[in-house]
Amino acid sequence: MSLLEIRNLSVEFETAHGLFRAVDSVDLEIDQGEMAAIVGESGSGKSVSMLALMGLLPWTARITADRMNFDGQDLLTISQKERRKIIGKDISMIFQEPMTSLNPCFTVGYQIMEVIKEHLGGTKKELEARAVELLGLVGIPAPESRLRAFPHQMSGGMNQRVMIAMMIACNPRLLIADEPTTALDVTIQAQILELLQDLQHKRGMALVLITHDMGVVAETAEVVNVQYAGQQVERQNVVDLFARPQHPYTHALLSALPERATGKRLPSIPGVVPGLLDRPTGCLFNPRCQFATDKCRSTPPALHSKVLCHYPLVDGKPTNNHPGVSSQGSSGQEALGGNV
Amino acid sequence: MIRFILTKLGLLIPTFLGVTLVAFSFIRMLPGDPVELLAGERGVSPERHAELMATLGFDKPLWEQYFSFLVGILHGDLGTSFSSKQPVLEEFFVRFPATIELATCAIIFAALIGLPAGIVAAVKRGSAFDHTLMGISLTGYSMPIFWWGLLLIILFSSPDMLNLTPVSGRISALFWVDTQTGFMLIDSLLSDEKGAFKSAAAHLVLPTIVLGTIPMAIIARQTRSAMLEILGEDYVRTAKAKGLSPFRIVGIHALRNALITVITVIGLQVGVLLAGAILTETIFSWPGIGKWMIDSISRRDYFAVQGGIVLIASIVMLVNLLVDFMYGLINPRILHRRS
Repeated sequence: MSLLEIRNLSVEFETAHGLFRAVDSVDLEIDQGEMAAIVGESGSGKSVSMLALMGLLPWTARITADRMNFDGQDLLTISQKERRKIIGKDISMIFQEPMTSLNPCFTVGYQIMEVIKEHLGGTKKELEARAVELLGLVGIPAPESRLRAFPHQMSGGMNQRVMIAMMIACNPRLLIADEPTTALDVTIQAQILELLQDLQHKRGMALVLITHDMGVVAETAEVVNVQYAGQQVERQNVVDLFARPQHPYTHALLSALPERATGKRLPSIPGVVPGLLDRPTGCLFNPRCQFATDKCRSTPPALHSKVLCHYPLVDGKPTNNHPGVSSQGSSGQEALGGNV
Repeated sequence: MIRFILTKLGLLIPTFLGVTLVAFSFIRMLPGDPVELLAGERGVSPERHAELMATLGFDKPLWEQYFSFLVGILHGDLGTSFSSKQPVLEEFFVRFPATIELATCAIIFAALIGLPAGIVAAVKRGSAFDHTLMGISLTGYSMPIFWWGLLLIILFSSPDMLNLTPVSGRISALFWVDTQTGFMLIDSLLSDEKGAFKSAAAHLVLPTIVLGTIPMAIIARQTRSAMLEILGEDYVRTAKAKGLSPFRIVGIHALRNALITVITVIGLQVGVLLAGAILTETIFSWPGIGKWMIDSISRRDYFAVQGGIVLIASIVMLVNLLVDFMYGLINPRILHRRS
């Protein structure tokens, strides 16, 4: 049995213009010690789906799912009180902005000790010793003296390390990292990712990494979920995903990697993720897809062997009797850029 | 920290000078002078008037009078009241405990109700409780103190209505309590008279409510808006992600941050309270500095008025200074940024 199993998760928000579906039938399965990545642009519902799992969404959110099991427990039916016993302890989450995610009024030590005390208890001495140990573990120099430091006295990278220390304090079995490096310098990014990978290996925790950086995915993940506009468009293991992307969106994301660019100009995906008011009919990606056909514009695609597309790609070319398969190749990207 | 305190103290000096100038000039702008008012309807001959003015030192040019006022302040001498022939400082401090007692009760009353009400309204925003509370607090905020005081007196003190509380004064005339601290609640506890404390407490109820109403409304509204903002902060989400109880999340993680706003508001209310005390004390014949100031103004007791204003303003400034220091204690970022 997998550690976490989510089936058909949807999250809707009540807005002034009606319901907005931020997450649309997403599945996620992760085993003990596995490392999964959720990839997509901003607004593709990556964070929202994980916040729904944690129970951290505001009251305007409506969460539905066929199944949401963690370690045999049904997260859909448990009470708030029971959920609080799990989150922060067995499932924990680190966030994008380390500078604002720590409370400015409390010392770093207090904030770490607080979570241990809440879930595991212990005397003040034990808590302090554990906090020092954790700070050392995440690579903070002179951890004893850092206990009494306030978040504003440390750098963003250091704060993210504190955040990690806080969230692994109770030995979670699943750690969700929501773009943990986005707000940090490039050199620090690599260090933080290395730290997360290292902790994951040593402790055998499962790790879900939310990111929009394909480079990060390639370096860290085993399984990758690609999300677009709230929908899960492709799910593959990392090697296959990079070698043989099947969804045009994945394909376009990978083409946009500087390392893979062949022409003089870096290819990009024209347009933006649709919002509440400009949701297209048919496939949600069709306005930005270089392979879109009339069928794509009218009929929403069904899941084809873990790919949400009418014409899954093979070697960068659409299959399934795509009408334009002979005339359009992988060079169509630039041509489309001019159209939009 | 020392530099922080010194900077703050340095900023007080110009403010203080401004206050002395305002206090000195405003009372002299009122028509009439003390001698005329002392003479009353009988009137006074121009020669005698000039002679009396000269004894009081009012024949000198204004700038000289102002200068001697400043010199007096530096020597801790605010002059002598004409009507009571007592030093102003003494007059002030005899009455001050009564005002402090009332203001303290009022601010405690206001904070005890306003703070929790604001927190609950923020946590349950949009609920019936939230709407009701904000409606009530708007009413309370707009309530004219004198009218509110009279309403409460009619409702609670009138023999035809509830007849629960006394109407005026600090304690029933049946008791004689020796002044030890000046605070009637404490003095009546220390005295041997049975029932004195109960009487003193009963006399405080209505003035406390009347004086505390506006601060309570302001504290409730400000607490609500501060909490609303902070409940949306990332670190509150972190606190939730740690699996903490709602009580810890709201009462510790969010409230500590919201306290900056709330303490500022409470600090500012001290000024409002001392001003409001003038009306409240007049309505309830409360023998504090508010009533004394009103009496002194109507007697054109120049020294008492200017001295009283300077003392009240100094207290307000000191409270604001205290609030500044408390920021640093609550949120260390403020202290570190400036030093």
